[in-house]
Amino acid sequence: MTERLDLPDVEWRGVSRKYTIVEAVGYLIIGIVLTIGTSIPSFVSGIQWLAAIPISLGIIFVINIALTPRRVRAIGYMLREDDLVFRRGLMFRRVVAVPYGRMQLVDINRGPLDRAVGLSELKFVTAAASTGVVIPGLSEQDAEELRDTLVALAESRRAGL
Amino acid sequence: MSEPVEHEPEHEPERGQSSLTPAVPEDAHRLADGQWHRLHPATPLLRGGIALIAVIGVIIVNARDFIVERLVGAENGYDPIELLLRMGWLIPAVLIALLILILSVVGFYLSWRMHTFRITEELVEVRSGILFRTNRRGRLDRIQGINISRPIFARLFGAAKLEVNVAGQDANVELAYLGSSGADGLRRTILQLASGTRNVEAAAGASTSAISREAGEPTGLFEKRVNELFAPELGPNVAPPESIVRIRIPRLIGSMLLSEAMVIAVLVTIGLIVMITVTGEFAWLFAFLPGVLGLAGYLVSRLTKSLQYSIASTPDGIRVGYGLLSTTNETLPPGRIHAVEVSQPLLWRLAGWWEIKINTASQASNGQVAKTTLLPVGDLADVHRVLQLIMPSLADDNSRELLECGLAAGAHDDAYITSPQRAAILRWFSWRRNGFVLISDAVALRKGAIWRSLVLVPQARMQSVSMSEGPILRRMRLAELRVHTVAGPIAATIGAMDRGDTIRFFNEVSHAAVLSATADTSHRWRSGGDQSYPSGDSKDVDLRRDDNWGDL
Repeated sequence: MTERLDLPDVEWRGVSRKYTIVEAVGYLIIGIVLTIGTSIPSFVSGIQWLAAIPISLGIIFVINIALTPRRVRAIGYMLREDDLVFRRGLMFRRVVAVPYGRMQLVDINRGPLDRAVGLSELKFVTAAASTGVVIPGLSEQDAEELRDTLVALAESRRAGL
Repeated sequence: MSEPVEHEPEHEPERGQSSLTPAVPEDAHRLADGQWHRLHPATPLLRGGIALIAVIGVIIVNARDFIVERLVGAENGYDPIELLLRMGWLIPAVLIALLILILSVVGFYLSWRMHTFRITEELVEVRSGILFRTNRRGRLDRIQGINISRPIFARLFGAAKLEVNVAGQDANVELAYLGSSGADGLRRTILQLASGTRNVEAAAGASTSAISREAGEPTGLFEKRVNELFAPELGPNVAPPESIVRIRIPRLIGSMLLSEAMVIAVLVTIGLIVMITVTGEFAWLFAFLPGVLGLAGYLVSRLTKSLQYSIASTPDGIRVGYGLLSTTNETLPPGRIHAVEVSQPLLWRLAGWWEIKINTASQASNGQVAKTTLLPVGDLADVHRVLQLIMPSLADDNSRELLECGLAAGAHDDAYITSPQRAAILRWFSWRRNGFVLISDAVALRKGAIWRSLVLVPQARMQSVSMSEGPILRRMRLAELRVHTVAGPIAATIGAMDRGDTIRFFNEVSHAAVLSATADTSHRWRSGGDQSYPSGDSKDVDLRRDDNWGDL
């Protein structure tokens, strides 16, 4: 296996390990629901090969959950001098660089699972819908600090205009 | 009703505004004085009153028939009025009709009375509605473009619709309708207020308006209308008279004949003829009717977008105009174009024609033709002229050469970094052409061997940049690069590039983007460096200064 797409001279800041729980539990719930849902036809009709669907789905979700710790470790962000870089994904990796001055707004979201372990998700919104910078797994304090930093940086970059 | 209208538009006091902007024509100047004004008196008629007139017309025609028949003495048992008379309901029916008529006339009049707008130094605001009031404000310093359109009926009344577009979906402040000549002046005034300076412009405007007066204004109302109707879309006093591109009729027709839609149409027609001759059933004709209508609609909209097409440079940006009977012309201030794509449909290569599309931050959604095609058809020289106009930084020889390489067939030894040979599995024909480069202050992505295109994104406008890989790309040591811009028809994405090249280019672009954004001044496109706002309110001044609205 060859090395992955990455930026050479960037020291990534990882996200909280607790985010693994959030991800894994999320996948577990969806996996269970889907597996049970798709196994109903096979039970009702008694056709044997229909069971292949829930079984393969189950395997996919198990692999996915097993890979969750590595996937969470792959999430990273870094505040460079003039822009924010963000990286995520194991199989499908994506690296984004957003200049601070492009910020339109910053969202902080907390889902029920996030709240249970005290995490937040920070979303950096620009005028382009495809930017898609969502940093999950930040502790509530980190998320708020990061938001304030980003807003301040965006402001200072504007004043420099 | 929220506020009363402070002033009647007819006897508006001039209130010393003339010292501020002496050059702008009286009409426009009066409209932009910060007071509430009403729209063109013919507005209700143009906004739906046409239907009312049609209904009245039908009633009158019926009544005339009835009267004629009465006089002549002929009987027609099926005439509606005759029928009503025989049943003794004529009087109530006439009363009801009159009531409806009066109500709708009053309604239209009231809606015109209640529909007011004002333009101050900061914003443009529109209030409308009788029962459900709406109030929409747009900040002048957020303008993405100003559009003046003149539908054919409105032109007959000498009216025009002015739209101020700001960034966002369906985010436009519409002034429909205004006096035709006033609209042009008002646009100039708004742009002038938005550009941040007024003294420089005042001098420039003075000379142009003087010229237009010398040209001799027509006296009679009818004469004026006729002149307006036949005048070129870009009046000599509002823009340099020369459009830099002319689309001649033969080229226009040729471009439509060579379009892919036409090829499909020909194939479908052949299929249809075969079907009918084989089966002997003409019912097949009806099966294809929706498709034919769709194609006709597409061709007509293309044609109307290209007739009398003109593009010219003005101090306040690029002005694009088109249309024969219903005309539209839009001004895009500098720095409002977020991405440009020069592309060539396959068959156009025979003639060497290209098309230019753009992404802008404001999106029209109300059933209008999307204002995303900047040049419907043009040869290579036209393309270069238009590109120079919209991206002046690409005017030097080096950039020009790179642009030419970008449009040429897949030359292998130019400055473009292209896909490695192993990418040929993913880009069968285009891997030699598929590539990227930085041209001056723009990112250029060259794609496609069969359907060639060149995407240019000004670094000062790009929002962010990303690179990505999936399992297949990873095994091939390839990656995909994407430059994010505001939503539009252009997606600045290029795939199947070498991973190392992509990472290097990603770094280059992300650094250059920050530098360009810092150096960019197009949000105050005409301020010559010196920022002196006459406004006394210091908070307002600060707001304006910090704004990077061109920065979207």
